[in-house]
Amino acid sequence: MTNKIWVFIDQFEGNALQPSWEGIGAALTLAEELGGGVTALVFGQDVENVAQEAFHYGANEVLLADDATLADYRSAPYTQQLTQLVEASAPDVILFPTTTRGRELAGMAAVDLETGVLVDVTDLEVKDGVITATRPIYAGKLLTKVQCSATPQIITLRGRVFAKPEPDESRSGTLTKVEPAMSEDAIVTDVVDYATSEGGVSLTDAAVIVSGGRGVSNNPALNPPADLDEEEQEIWKAQQGFELVGELAQVLGAAVGASRAAVDANYISYDHQVGQTGKIVSPDMYVACGISGAIQHLAGMRASKVIVAINKDPDAPIFKLARFGVVGNMHAILPPLTEALRQRLEG
Amino acid sequence: MKIAVCVKQVPDTAAQIVVEDGQVSWGDAPLIINPWDEYAVEAALQQAKAQGGSVSVISMGKEGETEGMKHALAMGCNQAFFVADPALEGIDNVAAARVLAAAIEKVGDVDLVFFGKQAVDSDSGMMAGQVARVLGWPALTLTSSITELGDETITVERSIEEGLQVVESPLPAVVSVTKDYGEPRYPSFMGIRKAARAKYPIWGLGDLQLDKLTSVMSWPEIVQPPEREILTEIVEGGSPQEIAETLADKIMAEKVI
Repeated sequence: MTNKIWVFIDQFEGNALQPSWEGIGAALTLAEELGGGVTALVFGQDVENVAQEAFHYGANEVLLADDATLADYRSAPYTQQLTQLVEASAPDVILFPTTTRGRELAGMAAVDLETGVLVDVTDLEVKDGVITATRPIYAGKLLTKVQCSATPQIITLRGRVFAKPEPDESRSGTLTKVEPAMSEDAIVTDVVDYATSEGGVSLTDAAVIVSGGRGVSNNPALNPPADLDEEEQEIWKAQQGFELVGELAQVLGAAVGASRAAVDANYISYDHQVGQTGKIVSPDMYVACGISGAIQHLAGMRASKVIVAINKDPDAPIFKLARFGVVGNMHAILPPLTEALRQRLEG
Repeated sequence: MKIAVCVKQVPDTAAQIVVEDGQVSWGDAPLIINPWDEYAVEAALQQAKAQGGSVSVISMGKEGETEGMKHALAMGCNQAFFVADPALEGIDNVAAARVLAAAIEKVGDVDLVFFGKQAVDSDSGMMAGQVARVLGWPALTLTSSITELGDETITVERSIEEGLQVVESPLPAVVSVTKDYGEPRYPSFMGIRKAARAKYPIWGLGDLQLDKLTSVMSWPEIVQPPEREILTEIVEGGSPQEIAETLADKIMAEKVI
């Protein structure tokens, strides 16, 4: 007899992604309203440690599918595993973190289970046993309430919104091992390799983000090498500017972000882009350097708790969202600011 | 090789989006092709050229809302198919996936289908995976590059949290592409003229044998996010050093780092 509220734990090579634990936190809150306990789903190979961790975070039960076919995330065996478990036990609610795997798996399982997905939600309410979720649309320019009349109600939670429970290593629960749903012969895709990214703090998980915009290249004091053409000189200047951004980020343990203008001008790679066609972020602090604040950029970072803006133009729209603003050149402000914050954080 | 690309139209991303009488309004801002879908069209056109194939663009929406499809035609897609039916109003994502999957099957003999990463209006980002699931084809979502494409197999690099995942898959398959794929081309003048004159079939749900299509999701209320009351404090000082010291104190006082 399993619980009615399930949480999918997203892991990579035996390390759970943090938003998975936020899912257990949200599930425990739902369980207070809907009754019963919380069941965590752990799929992978050699991932019993993740199952134990799920107990520490508050899961009462773990359904563990530990098999070579599940070592790499592949949508077909993961979806099949999930739907098979749901058909056997009929949970009411399944929570996922809105990670790349969580989002895809939730969507694909909803097809098999003839239900819907409440995706990237930021709030959950329960009234008379019915869940109403709130989620941002149009990159957060609007919020919509959303409900699903079929079961299970599949919900993906936006990261850094729901509180993560405090882990307690003395907690344990019922570990139920389940058989893999597909054999390797029946799986048509192969994961042949991984290439890791350049590293650093991931934008979507970051508590603090320091971002650069078009203004990073605007440092008249710099003399780029003469053998570069005009565009190369601009990019060279921008790279010096992003070094200042990176130094502040390092002191703050922050991720480095960028505006679309900076990405489109080839100052920095696309995986740093914040905004409507980049990543939507909501850190505790967002430092915007040389970013004027196009509506698409503001949509991607407006939910940040404290916004600090440094820009030469006093009329830049970014200042309307900023708690603190500095009207000035980021190249002059960032080095002493980095040093001042380093002293305060070390002292 | 027969390639398809699915596109939709959305309000211009620069538009002020508001709620009026409980309905989403973008004033007189134009509808445009979903920006992510431009990358999908670019990928489809490049692969079709390399393989010697054609590209069909498939779109659905209210009758006459063909901005996305027309843009894709103007970029160079060979033919278009449009799904319009009053019953499509307010359908959920799984139902929409069933419609697109049925349209792809009706186009027939498609080897590879491209999608953008997500639509900038609903931001769900699940359509490619869901269509693949309905069709029973492999889903290769968040593809940043296609490293190999043959008659029967495809190898892609997928962008995931940890970096890139290289996946090999048989065809037919569904691929969603990210911005890393490469800058989409601009429609040419000739392309725009051709798109304006293009003839295309309009299919209703009956044509797709989906008369009994149902949705299970509802959106009881759409609101504008509460205005945040932000008191902006402009930090000033005689030198960058002085400004930095004052700003650092103020940041520390917020207790967010």
